[in-house]
Amino acid sequence: MGVWIMAGITFREAARKKILLTALFAGFAFLLVFGIGLHIQVGDFRTSSVPPFLRYQIVSAMLMVGLYTVDLLAVVMTTLTSVDTIAGEITSGTIHAIATKPLARWQILLGKWLGFVAMVAVYVSLMFGATVAEGYWIGGVMAQHPLSGALLIFLECIIALSVTFMFGTWFSTLTSGVIVLGLLGAAFMGGWLEQMSGFTEGSRLAMVGIVSSLVMPSEAVWRRAAFDMESPLAGSLQFSPFADVSIPSMTMIAYASIYLVITLGIAVYHFRERDL
Amino acid sequence: MAVRGLSLTVRRGEIFGFLGPNGAGKSTSIKMLLGLAKPTSGEALILGFPPSNVEVRRRIGYLPENFRFYEWLTPVELLELHGRLSGVPGNKLEGRIPALIELVGLTPHSDKRLQNFSKGMLQRIGLAQALIHEPDLIFLDEPTSGLDPLGRRMVRDIIRAQRDRGATVFLNSHLLSEIEITCDQVVFIREGEVVTSRDMRAQEEAVSVEVRARKLTQECVSHLNRWGTSVRVDEERLTFTTRSRDVLPDILRHLVAAGADVYQFTPQRMSLEELFMNVMGEDRGF
Repeated sequence: MGVWIMAGITFREAARKKILLTALFAGFAFLLVFGIGLHIQVGDFRTSSVPPFLRYQIVSAMLMVGLYTVDLLAVVMTTLTSVDTIAGEITSGTIHAIATKPLARWQILLGKWLGFVAMVAVYVSLMFGATVAEGYWIGGVMAQHPLSGALLIFLECIIALSVTFMFGTWFSTLTSGVIVLGLLGAAFMGGWLEQMSGFTEGSRLAMVGIVSSLVMPSEAVWRRAAFDMESPLAGSLQFSPFADVSIPSMTMIAYASIYLVITLGIAVYHFRERDL
Repeated sequence: MAVRGLSLTVRRGEIFGFLGPNGAGKSTSIKMLLGLAKPTSGEALILGFPPSNVEVRRRIGYLPENFRFYEWLTPVELLELHGRLSGVPGNKLEGRIPALIELVGLTPHSDKRLQNFSKGMLQRIGLAQALIHEPDLIFLDEPTSGLDPLGRRMVRDIIRAQRDRGATVFLNSHLLSEIEITCDQVVFIREGEVVTSRDMRAQEEAVSVEVRARKLTQECVSHLNRWGTSVRVDEERLTFTTRSRDVLPDILRHLVAAGADVYQFTPQRMSLEELFMNVMGEDRGF
């Protein structure tokens, strides 16, 4: 029961503080630019001699760029909105009145986590759905496996959420945010290095990418999502975030899921053990 | 080490004052009793159980010293949240929430968000959240620090009303005058250890005595330690403290028998502040 009360109050906080609404408003700006871009591109095709097959591939690639942006926005939004919930309440002492109520600490942390999971689910559903809808209604293209892609982006966000919670039980809001954004940046870089290794067949470079994915598997999850959603031509574009040069296996996705559970477990354990 | 070997006996249905200078370990002790902090060794027990026991916490109310709450909620929403977290059924909350808001004098502000509240108003709603589930044991950490005199009187009345319904109130406050008026028993701690305790209901027996006398010998003065503490001599002025009025005739007889010429012998009721200074010593940063 306590878990659901905490989940509800966390989701309500996001709504009351207009966090979700603001994030969606910012996302709307992206959707507007993406829609205008697609509309202009489709309009330009009418007066050009680009063959239909290539037109389809170009618009598909634009859709993937749009979905990649949604992925980045969702992960960053997840981190920024959740970074203060544990660390900030510990620092301010707001947690004292809650933690002395008859509920276990794991219920507090898990409840808050579920509240953010619900918020992220709404955000990813709306942003992903709107982007795919724009691609379909304006550009006439559809992602290959949209459900799989959306779920993987959601998984990536939940990984970032769990890591943010984990560091939030140790460090201040600012320190936790810097660490998580740093890890996301390292994972992003590692993903690109792994792509380059596929192009140059450099095993040492690939190792750097793999290690970075093991430390923070967010980018690997995105690359799997991109592989599932992209058209064959978009996938063959080298050096892009959706290149199929080095495709994370389902084993990697399983690892990412275990990683999520472990980081959340560490967060629960440390929150339970620490002084407040 | 903030606290060591601390053992407190608080009787059911009494108002218990917890006193000590800054850094004495008062807040750390409360946090350990509430399960917010863990002892480095040993264990803390409350109502006979460790504070990690969820069922025990159902019987405890707590107003934290820093009383920070979700400021995007209204008082009604905050009490609803804390009531639900405390396991109070919805139908009971419907009646209890407006009554508590009325009790702490916030009815005109019941629809405002807490972010617009003053420090004193936050303290009032904090007190209400500590009482929402009618706990058996209530910890109030500096419950009047942000309140005006009217607010302090209100808190005193609420604390007494809680005692009257059978609850035990554990009060930590720097305002000795508040403790003096309100508490049934006080404990003084210093450097994490209990120094002494006082039953405030019997406190009128503790007296400080001022004597004006000549021919006070060193031997005569040193013998006063049998009855009193903090014996000080400044020329003809002698002051000391006793725990009971009963020994005053013996002391006077002793002074006269020792050859002192006594011009004035004035027992005075000892205020809690004097008691505090006496127990803690001066200049300890309280």
